[in-house]
Amino acid sequence: VIGNFLGVLFDGIAYGSLLFLIGIGLSVTMGLMNFVNLAHGAFAAMGGYVCVTAMNQMGVPFLATLPIAFIATALMGVILERTLYQRLYKATPLDQVLFSIGLTFMAVAGMTYVWGPTQQPVRLPEFLSGQVNLLGLDVGVYRLFLIGIVVVVTAALIYLVDRTRFGAQVRASVDNQQASAGLGINVNRVFALTFALGSGLAGLGGGLGIDVLGLDPSFPFKYMVYFLLVVAVGGAGSIKGTLVAALVLGIFDVAGKYYAPQIGAFVIYALMVVLLVFFPAGLYGKKA
Amino acid sequence: MALGLSATSQAAEPIKIGLLTPYSGPFADMGRLIDAGVKAYVKANGDTVAGRKIEIITRDTTGPAPEVGKRLAQELVVRDNVDFLMVGGFTPETLTAGTVASAAKKPLLVVNASSSNITDKIPFGVRYAFSFRQITQPLGVWAAKNGNKKMMTLVADYGPGIDCENAFKDGFTSNGGTIVESVRTPLKSPEFGPFIQKVKDAKPDGLFVWVPQGDQALNVVKTYYERGLDKAGIKLVILGDDIDEPVFHALGDKVKGLVTSLHYSTAHATAENKKFLKAFGEVTGNAIQPNFMSVAAYDGMAAIYEAVKRQNGDLSDGAKTLDILSNLQFESPRGKIVIDPKTRDITQAVYIRRVETHNGKLENVEFETIPDVKP
Repeated sequence: VIGNFLGVLFDGIAYGSLLFLIGIGLSVTMGLMNFVNLAHGAFAAMGGYVCVTAMNQMGVPFLATLPIAFIATALMGVILERTLYQRLYKATPLDQVLFSIGLTFMAVAGMTYVWGPTQQPVRLPEFLSGQVNLLGLDVGVYRLFLIGIVVVVTAALIYLVDRTRFGAQVRASVDNQQASAGLGINVNRVFALTFALGSGLAGLGGGLGIDVLGLDPSFPFKYMVYFLLVVAVGGAGSIKGTLVAALVLGIFDVAGKYYAPQIGAFVIYALMVVLLVFFPAGLYGKKA
Repeated sequence: MALGLSATSQAAEPIKIGLLTPYSGPFADMGRLIDAGVKAYVKANGDTVAGRKIEIITRDTTGPAPEVGKRLAQELVVRDNVDFLMVGGFTPETLTAGTVASAAKKPLLVVNASSSNITDKIPFGVRYAFSFRQITQPLGVWAAKNGNKKMMTLVADYGPGIDCENAFKDGFTSNGGTIVESVRTPLKSPEFGPFIQKVKDAKPDGLFVWVPQGDQALNVVKTYYERGLDKAGIKLVILGDDIDEPVFHALGDKVKGLVTSLHYSTAHATAENKKFLKAFGEVTGNAIQPNFMSVAAYDGMAAIYEAVKRQNGDLSDGAKTLDILSNLQFESPRGKIVIDPKTRDITQAVYIRRVETHNGKLENVEFETIPDVKP
């Protein structure tokens, strides 16, 4: 029984890690830039497609496709931010939502046109598939790998936002754009880079997620609720909050499905309601 | 969008067949397979029957959409004045198109929808596809007779999944097996890990699975291997529509030995199937592999050709045409098929297949035949 419980816990953490990887980008754009970007899932899907194309058509090894996915989606993010998104920074949230959902529909149609409507097959390298015995517990190698990536990404992000000059510029630009610009911070550049970072992380998450979540053009809509849930529960803009929320939701989702399969899919929604009643601004949300 | 087969001399009005299937959206692949099945039959048998040209008018249902099915069927019947409707879609739009067809007394051929008793609800409908019950019950019987005493089932929690769960249980328990637990997974289930882990910890002899084709099927099978259920001695049996090209591609040789049941396999070794595969390859330029959906569409066309021939091209009496369509039996690429005139539903052989290397690639190879399975 203890073994089962630890197994469920491990799977939950791994699943939560994946939710975190994809959700963190959304948290960054929503929390730091105050932009409701529902097209976030489309960036994740694009990262996935970049991985698949690089792997299946160009023979690039799986691990090497991940940085490519990050860079490609980050670039896409910059281009779209400069040409489209930046026009809506001052718009109402409704306009932002309408714009980004429209963009998502276009992305879905575009992906269907290029890659077709079906599921994209990927085959992971042998060393990442199967299970290993870790302290008496059989755990999936790929899930272990996901958790490892999340540890690295989280550490890097916290360092970037809290300790570097760029992080300070981001925080300053968010709090007061005019004052920051007056102090010589190039706010446009900071926002473009932040947006690129968020998109790139989504792309990375999309690439890592193919094996667990699958990949077809409906991906942005299928998982939108999960990403929004993570950000809403965690508190937009908070790295720590997003991580905790993703892990909690991941663990409860897996545990719900394992122990009570009939209502399993509903558990995370119930949890969301409860958490938001007690923490209306999210677990680590800004009180303002 | 009419794929009109150009008529040179207009001796008689062409025979019009309205084909409803999803050409766009997440199920566009299904439409492609069904469309190619229809074209393959025309390619192999010519585009003229009893002196009349065959004209196929295609319409896009976009997916499981009852209101779209109804509207398109109305347009086809009223404006295009079609002689037949062929619906290669899901149950909801097949039913709504069926209401229209029956009111207009136009025969409707069901070439994909697989719920039980669908033709009861469509007085002018004839099924040339299959029912989930039909292909699942024999798999339960086979599993019971081949060393499984205690099994678990795992199905998607909606109509067809529950049909499958009951049919498997029926076949399995009536032959001495016990179902220890039935797991139902939410229709939108991104992650099968917890469900499969539950099965692994319960240690049954075997596991029966059916989830919708595509990402879910791929994920559930992948998770089965990833969690080492095969090594733990838990045998997987699964409906054949879940195990096809994408699964082979993603999992490779791992899936060898997997047992499935279905009413068609491309590896079926008959002259009829060879003819079908050849024609299908020609119309698609060998870009896609046919499946059971393509065969049902192909057979639907065969039935239409026969009905036209027997009436010398005179289709003025819809009820008479329906009568012919519901009394047919012939050799299809899948084997012999018989339509029961009482139910207008299909009786056919179901095959138990195993994934093996065949003609240099992975295929579902039939090794046991259960003849004349009722729907």
